[in-house]
Amino acid sequence: MPLSSSAIRANLLLLRGGCGLFVSSRLASSAMLSTRPYKLHKLESGPASEAQVTSDEARKYYRDMATVRRMETAAGNLYKEKAIRGFCHLYSGQEACCVGMEAVLDRNDPVITAYRAHGWTYTRGVPVKAVLSELTGRASGCAKGKGGSMHMYNHNFYGGNGIVGAQVPLGAGIAFAQKYREDKRVCVTLYGDGAANQGQVFEAFNMAKLWDLPCIFVCENNKYGMGTAVERAAASTAYYTRGDYIPGLWVDAMDVITVREATRFAKDWCLSGKGPILLEMETYRYHGHSMSDPGTSYRTREEVQSMRQMRDPIASFRQTLLTAELVAEEELKEIDQSVRKEVDEAVQAAKTNAVPDPKELYTNVYSQPPSGQPNYRIRGIDQFTWSAN
Amino acid sequence: YLIPLSSSHYPVNQTTMHRPSLSACQLILRSFGRSGGNIVASRRFASSMNVRDALNSAMKEEIERDPNVFLMGEEVAQYEGAYKVSKGLWKLMGDKRVIDTPITEMGFAGLAVGAAMAGLRPICEFMTFNFSMQAIDHVINSAAKTYYMSAGDVKVPIVFRGPNGAAAGVAAQHSQDFASWYSHCPGLKVVSPWNSEDARGLLKAAIRDNDPVVCLENEMMYGVSFEVSPECESKDFLIPIGKAKIEIPGNHISLISYGKFVGLCVEAAAELAKEGIQCEVLNLRTLRPLDEEAIVKSVMKTHHVVTVESCWPQCGMGAEIAARIMESQAFDYLDAPLTRMTGADVPMPYAQALEAAALPQVADIVRVVRRTLNRAAK
Repeated sequence: MPLSSSAIRANLLLLRGGCGLFVSSRLASSAMLSTRPYKLHKLESGPASEAQVTSDEARKYYRDMATVRRMETAAGNLYKEKAIRGFCHLYSGQEACCVGMEAVLDRNDPVITAYRAHGWTYTRGVPVKAVLSELTGRASGCAKGKGGSMHMYNHNFYGGNGIVGAQVPLGAGIAFAQKYREDKRVCVTLYGDGAANQGQVFEAFNMAKLWDLPCIFVCENNKYGMGTAVERAAASTAYYTRGDYIPGLWVDAMDVITVREATRFAKDWCLSGKGPILLEMETYRYHGHSMSDPGTSYRTREEVQSMRQMRDPIASFRQTLLTAELVAEEELKEIDQSVRKEVDEAVQAAKTNAVPDPKELYTNVYSQPPSGQPNYRIRGIDQFTWSAN
Repeated sequence: YLIPLSSSHYPVNQTTMHRPSLSACQLILRSFGRSGGNIVASRRFASSMNVRDALNSAMKEEIERDPNVFLMGEEVAQYEGAYKVSKGLWKLMGDKRVIDTPITEMGFAGLAVGAAMAGLRPICEFMTFNFSMQAIDHVINSAAKTYYMSAGDVKVPIVFRGPNGAAAGVAAQHSQDFASWYSHCPGLKVVSPWNSEDARGLLKAAIRDNDPVVCLENEMMYGVSFEVSPECESKDFLIPIGKAKIEIPGNHISLISYGKFVGLCVEAAAELAKEGIQCEVLNLRTLRPLDEEAIVKSVMKTHHVVTVESCWPQCGMGAEIAARIMESQAFDYLDAPLTRMTGADVPMPYAQALEAAALPQVADIVRVVRRTLNRAAK
């Protein structure tokens, strides 16, 4: 039987004796990891209670979560240095959600989310450099500096949306288009615990269920809608049941494998023509709602600290991998270093790359000029100021 | 090229793109009215069509032409449209292409925008644009701005259409004219047809446009018939977005309007023609982008201008046109300040006489024209 890649790697590390590292060659190429318990709503059965994870997958999930964490930390620092302006909503603490879901989705499954979008932007294929440059308003940003934190897009990633709850009917519409075209795809439509009370969310649920749209609605419940704890905003905080006639799953989203298996279950559900499904990802954000919110006036520092220490998704996954001997500690360190390097370079670029050309003020308003005005010009701040043609 | 008149009290519009001479037009418009007289039909005109059928045929053809086009809205399918604009379409095209929605504007407008982002070409009908206020976040923040925010990544080829402005006796919450609200916003194209030719050509152009287009119709025009040219009946008949049309050329005063009120201007022009006043009636057709060139050219020719609309006075379409004229070379050609005729600055009342007084009528336009030209009141 040929050696698995991880076994090869283990042996190579052994050979690299000059580093003075000792690596166990007993590393497994895969392991059965258990998922944390789920809660079901209008479902007879739920996702698997354990799942096979290969060491390649383990490394990827670890790396992706570590990258999002470090990228968001860098964004926070850039904001404090005033290199980022306006709104900046950080995803730190929630990494297992985007990484775990992406493990099952592929790039043909569209995703749409709200404004806490940097993590998703990265997992949807936008490099760290393009995310951070967008935040600092550079031409190398993924939206040429014209969108900012809340408006980042990529193929099959529809942002990045600033109006709370608006992305939910949009997501149902994307799922509608997939069904219309008979694409065998699901649309993942994310929203927060705050948005979960929006009327348009229920309007979207209604149409999705009525028309059997292949939509996975995902409530990323991080316990606070801005500064308002869930108990103060929602008559029912059992968000996974609030789709009512839409089956739902509650997921402990501080564990990436738990998230992954829930997503697998949900994707299978939708693709088998059973209509929409709702996932509540119970998670936590370490930072405030945005950079202008310290995040401590409505919750205690002890609570935040305790989450970081006891339930951090990256630390706990790291521990799981080491215990299961899926990945060596040295490899994890290497990943950490490589991620740090990648993010540091991205920060440099974000600070020094060129800002958009002034003419970009006027571009991309229409995708084509009005048919009766091919030389249509856009007005600037007065009647003497116009876009160049 | 005299035009036969329809039996409605609106004059038949001369719909050719190339204008005949001035005097011919005045002859044409001399006799009209409820009795309608039949003058010799022009060879140029193929048939008569009402605005409803114009919209219906436009949608039917565009749905047949492009598999990505579909119609969604309240009662559009099995009920055949609250105002029967989509009559027959569901029977012909089926559930996939003509879709009844629940009464949830914010939800279905958002769903339609999402479908457009994902590459379909929805026609999203608002039963009236009053209800679009529930969904206006999706029209502006989700549709209009997305191409810009995404720096050209995400197109939104959607049409929002439906009746706009006052109907008859539907009172305050059902009578608002949204022309100035929507034409305020970059990223949208906004059109407002008056007659059947406008309706066919503008709606088809809107459906084929890759940007979000708001098409503001008027319920009172749906049943009105007009002669249409043979070109208008072609499946590829498109009216360019951003080009106004001179319905009646004239040298003395420019009457600038859109939608239903173009018809009132045409009637006023006919009455004024009797006393030798030549009104130039400019049908804007597109509200965003405005055909500023046509406005300026007209005012430079006539030196006098009246705008007519049903928006409220403050920040209405007339206010924008006044500003544009001030900013342009037409300013130096004005012999009198612009007058804007608008809806009265009140929510629309129900009682008939009050409702009539809340909107410009033909007699009001005639009076204002005479006043602008310093003619004594009759």
